[in-house]
Amino acid sequence: MKIVVLVKQVPDSGADRNLRSDDNTVDRASASNVINEMDEYAIEEALRLQEAHGGEVVILTVGPDRATESIRKALSMGPDSAVHVVDDALHGSCAVATSKVLAAAIAQQGADLVICGAESTDGRVQVLPHMIAERLGIAALTGARKLTVDGTSLTIERQTDEGYEVVTASTPALVSVWDTINDPRYPSFKGIMAAKKKPLQTLSLGDLGIAAGEVGFDGATSTVVEHSKRPPRQAGNKIDAGDDGGSKLVEYLASEKFV
Amino acid sequence: MVDFTLGEDLEALRSSVREFANDVVAPVIGDYYERHAFPYDIVRQMGKMGLFGLPFPEEHGGMGGDYFALCVALEELARVDSSVAVTLEAGISLGAMPIYRFGTDEQRAQWLPRLVSGEALASFGLTEPGAGSDAGGTQTRAVLDEATGEWVINGTKAFITNSGTDITALVTVTAVTGVNPDGSKELSAIIVPNGTPGFTVQPSYSKVGWCASDTHELSFDDVRVPAANLLGERGRGYAQFLRILDEGRVAFAALGVGLAQGCVDESVAYAKQRRAFGKAIGEYQAIQFKLADMEARAHTARLAYYDAASRLVNGRDFKRQAAIAKLQASDAAVTNAREATQVHGGYGFMNETPVARMWRDAKILEIGEGTSEVQRMIISRSLGL
Repeated sequence: MKIVVLVKQVPDSGADRNLRSDDNTVDRASASNVINEMDEYAIEEALRLQEAHGGEVVILTVGPDRATESIRKALSMGPDSAVHVVDDALHGSCAVATSKVLAAAIAQQGADLVICGAESTDGRVQVLPHMIAERLGIAALTGARKLTVDGTSLTIERQTDEGYEVVTASTPALVSVWDTINDPRYPSFKGIMAAKKKPLQTLSLGDLGIAAGEVGFDGATSTVVEHSKRPPRQAGNKIDAGDDGGSKLVEYLASEKFV
Repeated sequence: MVDFTLGEDLEALRSSVREFANDVVAPVIGDYYERHAFPYDIVRQMGKMGLFGLPFPEEHGGMGGDYFALCVALEELARVDSSVAVTLEAGISLGAMPIYRFGTDEQRAQWLPRLVSGEALASFGLTEPGAGSDAGGTQTRAVLDEATGEWVINGTKAFITNSGTDITALVTVTAVTGVNPDGSKELSAIIVPNGTPGFTVQPSYSKVGWCASDTHELSFDDVRVPAANLLGERGRGYAQFLRILDEGRVAFAALGVGLAQGCVDESVAYAKQRRAFGKAIGEYQAIQFKLADMEARAHTARLAYYDAASRLVNGRDFKRQAAIAKLQASDAAVTNAREATQVHGGYGFMNETPVARMWRDAKILEIGEGTSEVQRMIISRSLGL
């Protein structure tokens, strides 16, 4: 089984993050960049499947030159090789355009299974898994907290607010995962050293048969027009523990849909 | 050209161990510490990420790194917790390393795979109730019973790290096996598997610090092991453990630097948020200068161990540099822990505060693997005194 894992480099969600003042895109130059947290769970799940069933694990990243750091780190966890799509024309791409690029690269690789994080910590739109599966014409098993593979049949437990749903499909398919699915491994020193020698293929848009105008700002279906800093936190509601304190608290929780 | 920056591999290792220490160790270690419990789960995960195999070649199941890589990992662990760090330090330097360095092919094949993977721990029985830095005072005796081809061991060892966990496989014991031509004691090292009849692991000590690490007194009462359990050459025990201790000093220096740096991390964070007389205490020069001195101590001690470790891995003489690094790093650790506690005020005196743990853990660094006095002896000897 050939598994392609989608890995995105994002600004560290634990540090200060900004949009650029000139074009409203994510400021990657001044940020401390890391592997999107959810993607580490995707890598771990792929490696576990490989350990159990054999096959090959390939990392696929679309991003600027510096995303190579994250690709090497991903490889140090154990995958066999990586493909990096890098092209200046990609800057400013929306989710729809990015899904086109990723789908083209996956099609070129010929994957039995695509695994990705359910969302990225910078964009957080959660639409890419569905878009990619749609473009490739394969099943999308999204939001998995558990994945079982038996030959060509896949079963996931899809995490929902109330519990989970069992969803099945056959390969080829795409599975997106939440951080409830496993505990990602930490790269070992052997893995770190081996990662440097693993094949890393760099592709341009031309290699994927995509024209520059289809992506980036020119091909964007949505663009950020302006942005401002999140306003400072407001003072909260205080409910006194009077006679009706309990019911007021419940009313508030209900109004916020907590209960 | 002197370059003190680490290569890409070591930086990646540092960042991997740092993440592990922050995510896996930091949230739970205080609880283990309070209960004086050995953190089996953390040790298992350290084994899984290959930490116990760091300085060993891949043919023995190791990670193909070296002693420098080990030191970097130890520093990052000690930055968060010293019990966990010393468990790794002793597991490698005192447990697996003697067998790797002095063992026969059979001994290596028998023990290394489990030690290098972290599934099992080994300990090193050198110190005795009456003999620490002066190993010539060793009382434990081993006599070869020619009739059965067995060593018969009698004696007591003290303060032995990793010697009594559920996963401890063996202790390498130094014992008097005869008299040298010059009248001095002939010392040899012998492998004694845990569980051998007559070998008793005494209950855990109640320690001031390192409370989540495993330390016991061991007693040997007519303990019999095969003659083949001799580790290295008969009569070479003294020379062997000197080499082990020299290396261990570099590793201990890394532990000290980690603790000293951890004190800086904790204190800087606290000084930014704790307010007194209308502003954050980090805005007062009294605190700023304290923190600046702490950072300077950690940094200089780090350079000292980098020097010793790089000499070690490049096969150069490192005895003097190891002693200097160990002396400086343990001093930095003790001083920084005291200052960090002061910065934290009353909270620094509460066991739940990480710097309180560091304060308790620091002192042993001036004692273990050669006291600071012994380091000064080594340094002054190197000056021709």
